[in-house]
Amino acid sequence: MARRMYWILLTATVVAGLLLSSCAPQTVTVTVPVEKQVTVERTVEVTVPVPTSRGVVTVLGVWGGSEFEAFAASVEPFTKETGIGMAFETSREQATVLVTRVQAGNPPDIAILPQPGLLVDLAKMGALVPLENIVDMDQLKKDYSQAWIDLGSYDGHLYGIWFKGALKSLVWYNPKAFQEKGYQVPTTWDEMIALSDRIVADGGTPWCIGLESGAASGWPGTDWIEDIMLRTAGPEVYDQWVNHEIPWTDSAVKRAWELFGQIARNEQYVWGGTTGVLSTNFGDSPRPLFDTPPGCYMHRQASFITGFFPEGVTAEDYDVFAFPSIDPQWGVPALGAGDVVVMLNDTPEARAFIQYLASPRPHEIWAARGGFISPHRGVDPNAYPDELTRKQAQILASAEVFRFDGSDLMPAAVGAGSFWTGVMDYVGGKDLDAVLQAIEKSAQDAYK
Amino acid sequence: MSEFLSQVFTTLLAILLGVGGVVGLFLGMEFLIGFLPQRLQPKVRPWAYIGPTLLIMGIYLVYPTLHTLYLSFLDERSQQFVGLKNYLWTLTSPEMHIAFRNNLLWIVLMTLFSVGLGLVIAVLVDRVSYESVAKSVIFLPMAISFVGASVIWRFVYAFKPANVPQIGLLNAIVTALDGQPLGWLVDTRVNNLALIAVGIWLQTGFCMVILSAGIKSIPREILEAARVDGASEWRIFWQVIVPMIGSTIAVVATTVIINALKAFDIVFVLTNGQRGTEVIANRMYKEMFSFLNFGRASAIAVILLLAIIPIMAANIRRFQAQEAIR
Repeated sequence: MARRMYWILLTATVVAGLLLSSCAPQTVTVTVPVEKQVTVERTVEVTVPVPTSRGVVTVLGVWGGSEFEAFAASVEPFTKETGIGMAFETSREQATVLVTRVQAGNPPDIAILPQPGLLVDLAKMGALVPLENIVDMDQLKKDYSQAWIDLGSYDGHLYGIWFKGALKSLVWYNPKAFQEKGYQVPTTWDEMIALSDRIVADGGTPWCIGLESGAASGWPGTDWIEDIMLRTAGPEVYDQWVNHEIPWTDSAVKRAWELFGQIARNEQYVWGGTTGVLSTNFGDSPRPLFDTPPGCYMHRQASFITGFFPEGVTAEDYDVFAFPSIDPQWGVPALGAGDVVVMLNDTPEARAFIQYLASPRPHEIWAARGGFISPHRGVDPNAYPDELTRKQAQILASAEVFRFDGSDLMPAAVGAGSFWTGVMDYVGGKDLDAVLQAIEKSAQDAYK
Repeated sequence: MSEFLSQVFTTLLAILLGVGGVVGLFLGMEFLIGFLPQRLQPKVRPWAYIGPTLLIMGIYLVYPTLHTLYLSFLDERSQQFVGLKNYLWTLTSPEMHIAFRNNLLWIVLMTLFSVGLGLVIAVLVDRVSYESVAKSVIFLPMAISFVGASVIWRFVYAFKPANVPQIGLLNAIVTALDGQPLGWLVDTRVNNLALIAVGIWLQTGFCMVILSAGIKSIPREILEAARVDGASEWRIFWQVIVPMIGSTIAVVATTVIINALKAFDIVFVLTNGQRGTEVIANRMYKEMFSFLNFGRASAIAVILLLAIIPIMAANIRRFQAQEAIR
C-alpha cells in the first residue's frame, strides 16, 4: 500500500510539473513585458501621497525600450501635477491581449493603438468611451486637421486622440555616396528609375528593401503600393480603393503594383535580389546604405527608420527626399501613420490622462527626445531636435493631401492578412492577376 | 536583474504550490476518507481522487469545447446565427486548402522522420557504451520550448546575399561549398520542409526515449534465441524488435501525428504562414486574434478537433485491446 501511495504521489508530482512547465511560456508571452508603474515610483520620490481612490491609470501600448522611456518622460509632469500614476503595459500582441481583456471584462483604462482599424473594431464591439464630452472639441479642431479627427472617429463619435505621427513617403539616402558618384536627388518617378539604371550601370545596387517582419511580414511593401497609388490615381481613387469601392483587380490598383514590381521584382535593382527582399528584416534593410562601398543607395521607409540605423551613423550620413511624384496631376502627397489614444474605462483618472495627452506639452517632451513627430498643430516647431525632424513634422501637420496608411484602415483580414500575403507572393514571383484576385476574394468577404 | 530574480522566485513558488498542492490534495482526501465507515472507503476513494480532475476538466475542457461548437455557428462577432457558413468557408477557401495540404505534409513527414529516426537511434545507442550521453544530446531539444527552438532555427535559416558574409549556419555551409545562398523560409520549394525539419528536431528526442524504453523491455532471451538461430541483425530488427514494440511505436506515432495536426508555434514564429506555409492552427490564430472572426476561428477549431478524434479513438481502442490480452 505504501508503495502504491508513493507511485501515485510521484505520478501526481510529475504531471503537475509538466502542466506547470507547459503553461509557463504562455503566461510569459502575455504578461512578462510589463513595465511596472514606473511613474508611480516617481510620485513616491517627490513624496506626493497617492490617494488610493485616484491612484493609477492603466495603459496598454506597444511601446517598449526607448519609446516607452520617452512616453514615460512625457507623462511625468502629469503625474507630478495630479498625483495620478501610470501603469504602462507593453504587449507586442496588443490586439490579442486587448480583445481578450475586453471580453473578460478587464480592459485597461487607456490603450494606445498603432492602427485606426483596431479603433474601429473596438468601437464596433462597444468597448470604447466617446470623447466628445471629455476633451474640448473646439480646441481639438484647432489642434488637429480634419483628416486626423476623422481618423479618430467612428459612426459620428470621436474615440481617439492622435499622439505620435509617422511620415511614410520618404526615401532615405546617403548624401556622401550620392556626392561621390555625382548622383542627383530625383524629383519624378522617371528620374528615379533613370537614376536606378545608372547605379546598375555603375555596378551598384540602387535599392534596399526588406519585407520580413516576423508575423507581420509584407507590410513594408503595402506602404510602397499605397504611396504609388496616391501618386498615380490620386486621393479620391485611393479612398475608394481603401474602402473597397473599386475592386483589387481594377486597372488603377494593378498599375500601382506593377510600378512597385518594376523596382522590387528587378533582381538587379534590389540588394540580395528578390530573395533578399523577402528575407531581410525591415529594420536591418537600410544598413547597406552605410557600407563602404554602399550596398545600396536608396531606401523608402517611414520617419521612424532612423531608430534602426546602425550605431555610429550620424545625422551627416543620411538625408531624405520625398517619394517623388509619378503623375504630375497628383503632385507629392503625404502618406502617414500614427498612434491613437483610446479610452476603455471611464474613470476620472483616465479622463484627466486623455485631456493631458490632447495638450501640446507631452508631444513637445517626446519631440525633444527625438524619433518623434506629432500631428498636433499646437506643438512648438522648436521642440524638435533637428532640421530633418522639423521638416517632417511640418509636412505631416500641414500636408494638403494627407492619407493614412491604407492597409491599417482596411479590415484586418485584408490590411493585415491577404494584402501582406499578396505582397510576399508577388515579390516571390507569383502572377499579378492571381495575386490580385486572391486579395479581391478575401476583400469581398471582409468588407460588409 | 531584480525582475529576473522575481521571475525565478515566482516560478519556484509556482512549482512548490503546484506540486505541494497536488500532494496536499491527495493526503487531505485520504485523511477525510479515513472518517468514513470501512465498508464505504473503497467505493468513495476512486471518486475522491478523480473528482477534482473531472471538475477541472469539465470547466477547462468540456465547457470551452461546447462553447466553441456553439460559436462556430455564429457570425464573426458572435451575434447572429449563420448556420454552416463558417464551415463552408473553412472547407472551400484557398487559404484553408493550403493549410490542409501542409498539415498533411507535416503529418506524413514529421511522423515518418521523428519516429523513424527515433527508432533507429534507439536501436543503435542500445549497442554502445556511451548510450546515456548520446541519448541526452538527442533528447536535449525537448527541453527547449517550440518558440525558443524556432528562434534558434531562424538563425540557422538566415539569408544574406551571396557577396556578403553569411550569418545563417545553413547558408554559410552552402556558400562554403560554392553554392548560392537559399532563402530557406521564403523559397516555396524548401520552406515547408525547413519548418517541418524544426518539428522533427524537436520530436525525435521524445520518440527515441519512449522507443528506447520499449526496446529495453524486450527480454534478452528472445534476442539471443534469434541470434542462436542464425538471424541477421537486420532480420532481428524487422521481425523481432519492431513487432515486439509495435504498440509503443503506435503510441509514439499517434502523439506525433496529433502534434503535427496542432503545429503552430514553429510556423507562427518563422513565417506566420506566408509563402505557402500556412497550417490549420496558425490560420485559426489569425482568424481569431488578427481578423477577429470568432465564428471562423471556432469552425476551424472544431474541424481540427474532429480530425484529431479518430486518431485518439484508434489509440484508445488499441490500448484497450492490449489491456484485454494482458
